[in-house]
Amino acid sequence: MSTKPQAQSIPNGAAAAAILAAAIGVFVMGALTTLNEITGALRPILVWYRPAGPLTGKTGWAVLIWLVAWVILHNAWKGREQNFGKLFTVSLILIVLGWLFMFPLFFEMFSH
Amino acid sequence: MSLSGREFWTVVHGMILGTVFLVAFAGGLAGLWSLRPEWVTAAGVTERLRRLRAGTWIMALTAWLTVFTGTYLVYPWYRAPIKESARSILLSSPSTRLWHTFGMEWKEHVGWAAPILATAVAYVVVYYGEQLEDSPQIRNALMILFTIAFVAAGIAGLFGAFLNKVAPIR
Repeated sequence: MSTKPQAQSIPNGAAAAAILAAAIGVFVMGALTTLNEITGALRPILVWYRPAGPLTGKTGWAVLIWLVAWVILHNAWKGREQNFGKLFTVSLILIVLGWLFMFPLFFEMFSH
Repeated sequence: MSLSGREFWTVVHGMILGTVFLVAFAGGLAGLWSLRPEWVTAAGVTERLRRLRAGTWIMALTAWLTVFTGTYLVYPWYRAPIKESARSILLSSPSTRLWHTFGMEWKEHVGWAAPILATAVAYVVVYYGEQLEDSPQIRNALMILFTIAFVAAGIAGLFGAFLNKVAPIR
């Protein structure tokens, strides 16, 4: 049983921001994977390193968008309480969609 | 007893980093699971948090190292546009084609979910510290994300092991 004194509670906004931003990153990764199958027009902005092909851009953009989303959400929410349960549910939905979009049996249905 | 440069990096990418990742995940998950006021004394929380911070950050760091070595070192060798590359070998036969079109295509994408999710978990652990003990909602969310990160890395690692068996990178 803990006997430590109760410290000032940190609002849950920073946790919600970190989790939702990560989910956005996973979703973007999946969305770019499927979009790249639907249209070849994205290819020029997805090939960051030619020997590794469009994987570098899909992952690179996902990481960039994740970090930008994280900075924005963190600054907006860090000192405030959020509806954590609702935001976590949204995060899980984004992660599931991201996984679906990067699942080969799904995105190969759209191969051009 | 020798390894080529490519074999060495394949071992680093798949086995060494993968093993560290596995150990860090086990430590991190156990730390999150047991960080409850009814189970841990005040002194225990401090000690447990130290391990939790280490476990989550080591997992995040190894996940980043794994995806970077995989994407920028091993993958170009795998997909080199020559008939001796692993990708060409797999696609050359109907019996091995699925290893690339399903196994490698899934592995190369899903593995990247692991470092993103693991970093979010590690950050929240450091940011909230001892408060996690009294925040079951956040702690449970972290355990779920941590497990998803592990499953993503597990899928990538499993297919990596199989692919390297069917068509080794040399």
